Amino acid sequence: MKRTDIESVLVIGSGPIVIGQAAEFDYAGTQACLALKEEGYRVILVNSNPATIMTDTEIADVVYIEPLTVEFVEKIIRKEQPDALLPTLGGQTALNLAVELAKTGILDEYGVEILGTKLETIEKAEDRNLFRGLMKEINEPVPESKIAHNLEEAFDFVEETGYPVIVRPAFTLGGTGGGICENEEELTEIVKNGLKMSPVRQVLLERSIKGYKEIEFEVIRDAKDQAIVVCSMENIDPVGIHTGDSIVVAPCQTLTDREYQMLRNVSLKIIRTLEIEGGCNVQLALNPDSFEYYIIEVNPRVSRSSALASKATGFPIAKIASKIAVGLTLDEIINPVTGTTFAMYEPALDYIVTKMPRFPFDKFESANRSLGTQMKATGEVMAIGRTFEESFLKAVRSLEANIYHLELDDEEERTPELLEERIKNARDDRIFYIGEALRQGIPLDTVHDWSGIDRFFLLRFNNIINLEKELKENKNDLTLLRKAKERGFSDKTIAKLWKIPEIEIYRLRKANGIMPVYKMVDTCAGEFEAVSPYFYGTYEEKNESVPSGRESIVVIGSGPIRIGQGVEFDYATVHSVKAIQEAGYEAIIINNNPETVSTDFSISDKLYFEPLTIEDVMHVIETEKPKGVIVQFGGQTAINLASQLAEHGVEILGTRLEDVDRAENRKLFEKTLKENDIPQPTGSTALSTGEAVHIAKEIGYPVLVRPSYVLGGRAMEIVSGEKELLHYMKHAVKASPDQPVLIDRYITGKEIEVDAISDGENVLIPGIMEHIERAGVHSGDSIAVYPPQNITENVKRRIVEYTVKLAKALNIKGLINIQYVVDKEDVYVIEVNPRSSRTVPFMSKITNIPMAKIATKVILGKTLEELNVPTGLVPEKDGVYVKVPVFSFAKLKNVDISLGPEMKSTGEVMGKDRTLEKALYKGLVASGMKFYHHGSVIITVADKDKKEASKIAKRFHQIGYKILATKGTANYLKNKGIPAEQVNKVKEPGSKNLLDMIRNGEARLVINTMTKGREIERDGFRIRRESVENAVPCLTSLDTAWAALKVLESLGFSVESIG
Amino acid sequence: MTLDEYCREKDIPGIKGIDTRKLTRMIRKSGTVKGLICDGNMTDVEALRKISDTPENITEIISTKQIYPSPGRGHRIVIIDFGMKHGILRNFTRRDCNIIVMPHHVSGKEVFNQHPDGIVLSGGPGNPYDLPYAVELIKEFLGKVPVFGIGLGHQLLAIACSLSVEKMQTGHRSTSHPVKELVSDKVLLTSQNHGYTVIKESVENTEMEITHLSLHDGRGVKT
Repeated sequence: MKRTDIESVLVIGSGPIVIGQAAEFDYAGTQACLALKEEGYRVILVNSNPATIMTDTEIADVVYIEPLTVEFVEKIIRKEQPDALLPTLGGQTALNLAVELAKTGILDEYGVEILGTKLETIEKAEDRNLFRGLMKEINEPVPESKIAHNLEEAFDFVEETGYPVIVRPAFTLGGTGGGICENEEELTEIVKNGLKMSPVRQVLLERSIKGYKEIEFEVIRDAKDQAIVVCSMENIDPVGIHTGDSIVVAPCQTLTDREYQMLRNVSLKIIRTLEIEGGCNVQLALNPDSFEYYIIEVNPRVSRSSALASKATGFPIAKIASKIAVGLTLDEIINPVTGTTFAMYEPALDYIVTKMPRFPFDKFESANRSLGTQMKATGEVMAIGRTFEESFLKAVRSLEANIYHLELDDEEERTPELLEERIKNARDDRIFYIGEALRQGIPLDTVHDWSGIDRFFLLRFNNIINLEKELKENKNDLTLLRKAKERGFSDKTIAKLWKIPEIEIYRLRKANGIMPVYKMVDTCAGEFEAVSPYFYGTYEEKNESVPSGRESIVVIGSGPIRIGQGVEFDYATVHSVKAIQEAGYEAIIINNNPETVSTDFSISDKLYFEPLTIEDVMHVIETEKPKGVIVQFGGQTAINLASQLAEHGVEILGTRLEDVDRAENRKLFEKTLKENDIPQPTGSTALSTGEAVHIAKEIGYPVLVRPSYVLGGRAMEIVSGEKELLHYMKHAVKASPDQPVLIDRYITGKEIEVDAISDGENVLIPGIMEHIERAGVHSGDSIAVYPPQNITENVKRRIVEYTVKLAKALNIKGLINIQYVVDKEDVYVIEVNPRSSRTVPFMSKITNIPMAKIATKVILGKTLEELNVPTGLVPEKDGVYVKVPVFSFAKLKNVDISLGPEMKSTGEVMGKDRTLEKALYKGLVASGMKFYHHGSVIITVADKDKKEASKIAKRFHQIGYKILATKGTANYLKNKGIPAEQVNKVKEPGSKNLLDMIRNGEARLVINTMTKGREIERDGFRIRRESVENAVPCLTSLDTAWAALKVLESLGFSVESIG
Repeated sequence: MTLDEYCREKDIPGIKGIDTRKLTRMIRKSGTVKGLICDGNMTDVEALRKISDTPENITEIISTKQIYPSPGRGHRIVIIDFGMKHGILRNFTRRDCNIIVMPHHVSGKEVFNQHPDGIVLSGGPGNPYDLPYAVELIKEFLGKVPVFGIGLGHQLLAIACSLSVEKMQTGHRSTSHPVKELVSDKVLLTSQNHGYTVIKESVENTEMEITHLSLHDGRGVKT
């Protein structure tokens, strides 16, 4: 029965995207807010992440984009006085915050009730000790374990159980700081680290059950104690690898009915014992050789797994859980998929779902790729098929890792020794080594012994390898071709095996009627008539996706979340869909990311859950015959498909491809700029080292160098002299006529970013953003400020002038993103992206101009005038808004955290207030930084930065901070009259060195800038890593340091003697 | 050993590679239809003939031909077999019942000779109105011994109590059917496999009472 004693509900979001907490909570939060609104409650939302759909003003009645800390949420509670708080939709962040809020007493003071899951339940599920006690009470087994508060306790435990043991810090996201220890050395390191990462300074030590099957159940319970299982999932990788990093299939494939029923009953028993009113995730380990099982973990909230389960079954867990939280029961809630049956019902699947994680190791080459209990993936893809092979291979090619099959992406010889090593010690690419091992004829049982992966899955992989061999020997065999398609082989793979162009396979199939049909995801395996417009492709007989006959537009989504392509693009995709519908067309989405809002089937008129390869996209287009395709919002994924789609005769709506090329091809772009009299930093292309030296001399150092064939800032460097240049040319790239190196003048200036919408005639510029960090730091990793604080009206005018000119010259129809560098009064263009950018949601939220929507309508043919929106630069809004990047470095070992031209952040937060300092405070706090009124700051900078650093140091001193510095920097500061305590460098013998001080928490802040290529640099790397691993903020750009300093200054007063 | 090899060895017929969703949707649209699993050697005409030669009422074919016991120490239960699944027998055995299974055409006398504590009417395929003799048989039991019915048995019981039964548009055939227990207002998830149902309205103004209702479309009668 719906509760009438509450009127307003505060929903807490999950904050920025970090590894372990990604877009799934935008999906869950959006559903929650809409579900509560639908029931007539007043919904108050708080989240710090502007790049989310949930923070759109239509989603909740009141939206706050504020830091998710007690300080700010307390203010919101005082102001809004909500009747209730729903903490189970915003991941671990929201759950932890709710616990903290309860402890401060604010909830009692204002009579705010926690909905869904009681506070004690959260604690029972999250606190390892309480959880173990509870499991003991209800007679459910958990692996032997012990809470340790220090190293000694850890050693005591191991003495009893022996190695290996698993270490998990309490209350952390995605298992941050945990791992499996095989020996004393590993135990020491991981336990020490884990204690530091845990907010309550506890780690759980656990007997390792590595090798057991890892099974998950998503269960839901209501206030009447009615409970159901929504979905069962099985990790292909046995226990030992974080489920977020595992390949997962749904439903379970290798359990007998007895095993399944046993684990199902356990899961239902647990949710009933915990008295959760809402969704819950239960992770279990099952001994593959007996009925012995253990409970691994229980999450009393919606999670990444529940988002996956929702997309895998069609059953919207977050929506149902929210309704249950306000008193409705499963037999009162209609199943939105069928529209006629109730939510009290366990979905039936007549297909197999495969989830594969997307890892950031293409960006972080130095990172440790081995997998364990600490999650490393940034995102994931899901694929649906009617056979395991089909589902799996579709997932592989959805990853966009340039792999289209069960194979490694190069043809290098793999020795049996290497295969054994790679299969025994799992990395992100283990599955492909397994494919290679089977291909080389290594027996299945051997692979099973190495990997612990169930023979069922290995047999399926073997089927793929066998079919591959059969294909190779029978070129153009149509029966085999059909079989290969039924088993999920891509045209690309078959083409490679048959040594003919991919397009030939496509034509051959088309001529012989070997084309996919689309089946509906309907929660009931066809038993009832369903209304969900949610489809996947497969090679069977009956097509269930009938075009409606209305004119339709296809929007290509952005695929898995990865560094450089985050939730911002999903935000724009969703807005584009809404605009298409407003314009009277049917909106069709193709995407494969199970975490996102765009793959919620209730968003679009039709959702195709398919890989974003040309083959899979063309199949949808041939079925739907849309008026055109929009590629501007799906990031690089969609843009990369554009030219291939055009080759197939598909109409690309918006900016024409030739014009996109004119923005992306350097030569053509230079020509356009010249024709329009728009300056860019002088530069040239070098085909040899000698040429490079010559060009650099002519331009003048510092210069920016990068290979022309690499996109997105990889291998880009700022070089300040000839010696460094030679080093770069020797080690980083080899210039040749095939691989030219670009050399540009590096302008040390303010970096400015603009997003604009053009209809070809007029241009709408919602605003201008200024970056805190100078040019050279990737724009995605810079703090962006709106409105700009340090440029003159004259410069602004020029920026507007160039933006309008460029948009017109490039015939932009839709969005354009331009980056400028400003040196005094001079403005230079450094980059143009003729599509939606990362800052579109940020600017849309600030200015209330729905940029993606307007752009979509322009793309569909309207002019800005017809849309009745202003043109030119929109007058600046009051207040200051900052976008602060958020990194996930703590989870990625061996990754250098220093900022540079390559993007490293995973998410972002917004801070807004009346002054820059206040906005920065909010932004930095929301990003996880803590400010202290006093303490110590470690400053260790490169020679070239010493002068500027001394100014920063002086002011830190004035506000009462103690300066700690290494010898060189300390001496320099002392000479300038700034007291600095000299600390030992990393390798100097002595009682305590810098690393110890960071480890012991003796510094509040570290400022460290890079010196390239030498011994010192390796020390710098260790300092930076030590900071990250000890959660001490480490600023690697002096600009960020200035910003932090200004915030600190604004928080207090400085004291200074007179005279 | 593969599944295929196993089935061949044990002579178990099987089928694979068909579009099962297409089949499901066909059945959903046209209701229960007769089907035949055959190999490629049979022509369509032959197959169709074989299907049409199969009678609608197959209780005679599938019901046990003779009385047999399944001894236990507990309640004496007579199960009348209209096409009983072995799961039913297993479940009574698990409860240590002393069971006697009887064919569908037994007489009331034969049943009462066993002095049952309870009579269970099994489930089975087909239309309850095709078995008027069974309805008459059940009428003999009413008021004398507790009678339970499953599926077809339940429908026969309902007719014997002068309620009406009808064929459903689409039958209930899966493992996740929510059923509300009216007395507790709680929903249970059940496995179901039936194509006929008691007409709700026929229960009105009788001594009968509805105890359980399908959450999807509302069915269930207690006598």
